[in-house]
Amino acid sequence: MAKQLLKGNEAFAEAAIRAGCEGFFGYPITPSTEFLEHMAKRMPELGRAFVQAESEVAAINMVYGAVCTGKRAMTASSSPGISLMMEGISYIAGTEVPAVIVNVMRGGPGLGNIAPSQGDYYQMVKGGGHGDYFPIVLAPASVQEAIDQIGLAFDLADKYRSVVHVIVDGNIGQMMEPAELPPMRPLPKDVPEWAVNGAKGRAARSLSSIYIDPKDEEVTNIRLVRRWMEIEKNEVRYTEYFLDDAEIAVIGFGTAGRVASSAINQAREEGIKVGLFRPITLAPFPKKQIEDLSKHVKSILVVEMNSGMMLDDIQSIVQGRVPVEFFGRMGGVTPFPDEILDEIRRVNTNEAVINGQVRAEWLDRLEKLIEEGK
Amino acid sequence: MTQEYSIIISGFGGQGTLFAGQLLAYAAMDNGYQVTWIPSYGPEMRGGTAHCTTIISNSIIGSPVTRSPYAVIGLNLPSVDKYEKVIPAGGILIANQSLMNRELVRSDIKGVLIPANEIAEQLGNKQMTNMVTVGALLAHLPVLSVEALEQALKDHLPPRKQQWLPANVDAMRKGFEFAQEAVAA
Repeated sequence: MAKQLLKGNEAFAEAAIRAGCEGFFGYPITPSTEFLEHMAKRMPELGRAFVQAESEVAAINMVYGAVCTGKRAMTASSSPGISLMMEGISYIAGTEVPAVIVNVMRGGPGLGNIAPSQGDYYQMVKGGGHGDYFPIVLAPASVQEAIDQIGLAFDLADKYRSVVHVIVDGNIGQMMEPAELPPMRPLPKDVPEWAVNGAKGRAARSLSSIYIDPKDEEVTNIRLVRRWMEIEKNEVRYTEYFLDDAEIAVIGFGTAGRVASSAINQAREEGIKVGLFRPITLAPFPKKQIEDLSKHVKSILVVEMNSGMMLDDIQSIVQGRVPVEFFGRMGGVTPFPDEILDEIRRVNTNEAVINGQVRAEWLDRLEKLIEEGK
Repeated sequence: MTQEYSIIISGFGGQGTLFAGQLLAYAAMDNGYQVTWIPSYGPEMRGGTAHCTTIISNSIIGSPVTRSPYAVIGLNLPSVDKYEKVIPAGGILIANQSLMNRELVRSDIKGVLIPANEIAEQLGNKQMTNMVTVGALLAHLPVLSVEALEQALKDHLPPRKQQWLPANVDAMRKGFEFAQEAVAA
């Protein structure tokens, strides 16, 4: 199929349909609304379920019910809407049923604004809901990657009976890029052996996240952790750009990563040996790869659209082997390539040091940048 | 060698800024370029200013946004005020003179003051203002021809709007001719 100029949100929704999504339940919120709009139009055409629920709390519980029948179902929302869904997401995780949840992130905390942000990193990557569970988190950086990863998200969710978050920021949701949609997959005929889809002619099954006896809950917890270790072993994904001879490694995910690649192109023209490491799975995190990277470069520059959330994870992996510097914009501000280029130049000229002040020093530089009107 | 052209089209909501940017993106894609198109979204779309960024490149595009656009179409005065300052030397500014009360300040860019509203009205349709300015842009943009844009219009104008195809093409050609003469003068 030829490339078309596709808008992020609409393309992700169509990709979900083609991956066999049979139920979408949601509530509109900018900047993810076109996702729901596309589903509202397409799902009834195909005889599949679309419900605009009365709230995000209702929507996620509809997803919960739908996936318990063994069908592929999902929701999409943006930051405040995802917060409302957290209880339901934890129940889905506790019940060990597969679900795909798309978060088109916006500026926060609170009502914040509708501009692009990566401020939900902690909430998404560290779980978000209550209790011991580990969601898989995918962070695509382009319309094509998001299309491909929606299909992957459903496959991973089914394989591990896991919650899979696909997180993008408003930029990728709203952007149009040439991309190719996958062909429509046939719907599976088989029903998973755990599904509760009517017990006619067979023994009844039940699905629940309740384990009254702590011993039973602990057995479940062990199963979840073991499954997570399996996921960590099998499912790490990332991409590298100009890293072969790099002395400085920039690490960024999603939009921050792709904006950094523009800065890296310019820095390379200036002769600076810099490359990009872009995690695609934020959970499982590419720990081993970043550890190896820290043994080959002189310094690392982490770039995010938040206050340095992934920075903490990277510092714990690098363990002081090399200095880890940080640049971020917050509140719905997308960094421009020239800001990141200036940071690369800075790290290149003034050898970075480890002094435990990374965040404080970044804030000083950021405030100066804002004073300059940037 | 990477050649990348960032274009911002900015104006009031309803002036056709987003469509004009999309049209450039379609033409670029159909002619084998990498391209991104990103709108300003949200409250801005509901009556205030609207702008979009189209980036055309011969290699993979990193940032979909830019601080210093190579080319700008300013469909109203606030847009010209905002972007005239940030265009790099040698860049392009197509400014809609119909909604301005000043001359352009920069002399180190290719600046075109074009009475786009009047030209569109003379052609019988004020809705074509955006296409007049797109034509003017093409007179100076090193990538994409008027023919490429015509083809993109044919291929991507929604069926219910195909009746406006000749008017769009006329408006674009008029803008192109105006901008060529403006520089020759």
